[in-house]
Amino acid sequence: MAQRTEEIQEAPIQRIDVHTDTREILANARQQALERNYQDYVIFDIDSHHVETVHWHEVCEYIEDPVIRSQAVTSQKASPYGLIGDRGLSYQDVGGRIPHDTARNETVEETDVHRDVVLTRRAMESIGIDYMVVFPTPMLSLGTHPQLHMEVLLGRAHNRWMVENLLKADNRIKSMLYLPISDPVASLKVIEDFGDEPGVIGFMVTSVRNKALHENQYMKVYAALEERGLPLAFHGGYYWHEPAMALFNQFVGMHCVAFVLWNLVHLVNWVLNGLPERFPKLKVMWIESGISWIPFIMQRLDNEYLLRSSEAPALKRLPSEYIREMFFSSQPMERNNLEALELTMKMMKAETQLLYASDWPHQDFDLPSTIFDLPFLSDTAKRNILGETALKLFNLDRPNGK
Amino acid sequence: MPDLYVGSEADFDERSRKVIVKDGLEIGVFRVNGNFYAYENHCAHQGGPVCQGQLFQKVEENLAADRTSLGMKFSEEHTHIVCPWHGYEFDIETGAVPANRKMRLRKFEVKLRDGDVYVEI
Repeated sequence: MAQRTEEIQEAPIQRIDVHTDTREILANARQQALERNYQDYVIFDIDSHHVETVHWHEVCEYIEDPVIRSQAVTSQKASPYGLIGDRGLSYQDVGGRIPHDTARNETVEETDVHRDVVLTRRAMESIGIDYMVVFPTPMLSLGTHPQLHMEVLLGRAHNRWMVENLLKADNRIKSMLYLPISDPVASLKVIEDFGDEPGVIGFMVTSVRNKALHENQYMKVYAALEERGLPLAFHGGYYWHEPAMALFNQFVGMHCVAFVLWNLVHLVNWVLNGLPERFPKLKVMWIESGISWIPFIMQRLDNEYLLRSSEAPALKRLPSEYIREMFFSSQPMERNNLEALELTMKMMKAETQLLYASDWPHQDFDLPSTIFDLPFLSDTAKRNILGETALKLFNLDRPNGK
Repeated sequence: MPDLYVGSEADFDERSRKVIVKDGLEIGVFRVNGNFYAYENHCAHQGGPVCQGQLFQKVEENLAADRTSLGMKFSEEHTHIVCPWHGYEFDIETGAVPANRKMRLRKFEVKLRDGDVYVEI
């Protein structure tokens, strides 16, 4: 018998849009965190983002060259000064289907910290994250900049902006700062200038760049990082103007391949040129390429290496053995074939080498439940991937009560 | 458990929805092409708030008789509810992902009685 009842409420949000509060967007994530008792787990997110172009005029204030700073600050153009990127080709929100990737115009009333600190805190608290590593977004294309000095200037300006506005505001927010690796001298100075700043837990190379990063000119950069005990991350990205990528007629195909491509190329060079032998204490990680490519390249490299080992004389072990000692971020984790995923995790030694990443607020973000709910992982493996491995790797304090 | 009263049929314009909460259970009730559908507000992918997403017509490849592509077109027949977290698309009639029908939303029966809309839980 049907009956009216007053107990039913209408949800406060009927349709999520670009103005919806992060905590409303992620209300179901909060529910997952409560159901799974994340308060008993250390959860470290190795990869999240802010959208620096929203505050690009602020970043420009930190450009160190006075003339370029003046030009950048004075310019009234709507496009972010000096920044290269596929802004018009930013189809990540799938034609408005994913509003939080279109824009986050939610209300922020707090004024004691930067707006991006508030947005980051809202995401952390909703998802259940203890530490969140924040990276920029369009700057992931900065390695393709035609003006090398601009890559250096803008990278440094953003590093300074990050330190002053995000990292100093909340010690739960961390970053691996931008390393303008195409200029090794400038990179060394970045390490010296920023390596001891609060919240800096390593440095990040944007992988999208057509530079052979095993060449001799870069060795002093890797040596400096190894000496300081700072991990080096390669962050994947896309560049639709790359000739092979231009063969894709839709974003989905280009994004699927490009986010793996440059990490794949740099990793192969890293291994075959014996960088793990040259810098045995340097911790290297590969971010935002998913993980299904790892068993592919392990198998293929071992096979090819054994046929032509004279071309990679620096190696003392199989390529896959070096790869198994590297670190990888989990997102976007391919989960449609659990049997394949289990084998992938076994091959890469996920229990000690894999780090959970959300990639929030991007369109293919993953929640901790993507790890927590896997039926084949032990509790120890889950704890390691979700946070324990990162705590050790970055030598971070254990969050209170955990 | 009595059927849940959602509202009057007149409350629902074409392609409108009402997301309701009952004891922590969130249900989205939609009116599309004059028909009513109800699903749990929990995406089959990562648990996102699918019923707070947008309705889009299914996008189809427009193929000519000679199998060349004429581009894309919107389906006149199939409407999708799109999860706002990751863009997963579900057929509003069946609650299933068209390319993987094993992935589907939890569906609830909608009953229309005397001009009112109820959901059976």
